[in-house]
Amino acid sequence: MSFEIHVEKRLGEAKVGLDLTAGEGLTVLFGPSGIGKTSVLNMVAGLLGPDRGRIAVAGRTLFDSATGVDVAPEHRRAGYVFQDPRLFPHRRVRANLLYGAGDDAGLAATVAMLGIGHLLDRWPRTLSGGEARRVAIGRALLSDPAFLLLDEPLSSLDRSRRGEIMDALLRVRDEAGLPILMVTHDPEEAERLGTRIVAV
Amino acid sequence: MLSPAEWTIVALSLKVGGVAMAAVLPLAFALAWLLARGRFPGKLLLDALVHLPLVVPPVVTGWLLLLAFGPNGPLGSLLERWFGVSVLFRWTGAAIAAAIMALPLMVRAMRLSIEAVDRRLESAARTLGAGPWRVFWTLTLPLSLPGILAGAVLGFARSIGEFGATITFVSNVPGETQTLPLAIYSALQQPGAEATVWRLSAMSVALSLAALLVSELLTRRVRRGLHVL
Repeated sequence: MSFEIHVEKRLGEAKVGLDLTAGEGLTVLFGPSGIGKTSVLNMVAGLLGPDRGRIAVAGRTLFDSATGVDVAPEHRRAGYVFQDPRLFPHRRVRANLLYGAGDDAGLAATVAMLGIGHLLDRWPRTLSGGEARRVAIGRALLSDPAFLLLDEPLSSLDRSRRGEIMDALLRVRDEAGLPILMVTHDPEEAERLGTRIVAV
Repeated sequence: MLSPAEWTIVALSLKVGGVAMAAVLPLAFALAWLLARGRFPGKLLLDALVHLPLVVPPVVTGWLLLLAFGPNGPLGSLLERWFGVSVLFRWTGAAIAAAIMALPLMVRAMRLSIEAVDRRLESAARTLGAGPWRVFWTLTLPLSLPGILAGAVLGFARSIGEFGATITFVSNVPGETQTLPLAIYSALQQPGAEATVWRLSAMSVALSLAALLVSELLTRRVRRGLHVL
């Protein structure tokens, strides 16, 4: 199984709980805003600790409250594309892309797939929303991830940019063969990209 | 222009201010980090203690330093026993007094710049495989560097202006502890030294103004989300 997520977490007044077991390909977590979908991604990435439960990805246990397993975020090998690009402002695009990479062996191929070759020497603050999003996807892919987490990867982009990023994601899904967990509130996006859709 | 004796005073002030700032920089940064990021009981008390030199009369700070570093004081006796030195009536003592007085200003500026670093960038770095130390060296430190430098410059300016604690702690020894403010004070006691007072005061104002301008420019960079690297 790609993703096995059984967690409970109290966040203020609200309580987030999810039981999910998913196979290969791209799994979409689909539901309205504000019900804790991002919190689920943060728990899988190790940025937020569940109160109890178990998280395993591709057979590797990342968190288990019963046995006390809690792998540090830097050792989980999550390729996390956040809702905002979170590019490092003091590093050029090339250095951002290579931040999590051991070397620049995969740079050329990833850059070509995402169409960001002309941006390598730019500063993040000079990028458009769509460009920044593609760089963030490239940075996550180049960190040699064991799985991908995508949080609303197409939100706040205009129509042409959405098409561009969606094509890039379809290529990643089909070429990289990584398990992907994606969060969205857009039914069209869920329909087009998802191998399977989990409504929450 | 300044006479050779007056240049000596300026040089001594710069030495005392520079050493004080450099010596207290790591401590100021550690305190700023604790206050910006730490969650521990007694944080409010630590915050108040750090700010104490800003509000306590400097003469009290100087007297407390005298007690601590005097021959029978806890720190003074240790220095005497281990290194055979005393900081009383020495420029090193003046630097200690200046460092204590500069500490609160430095911590304030550094704390603000550490708090201004976007934690979401740090969590992104963690997911990219960076452990806490790499996150610190590659993100937190470079992004907060303008504020840290601004704090250091501010601390330096405060150090060369230090008067009350210094004169209480290490007295007013020409060539050893007589920095700009102390020299101006001495000149004011002498009849006919008005010209000296004018020249040294002008020098003081120029140095302070330059430091404040540099500090303000660096702070603006922090506010605009820029960086110096």
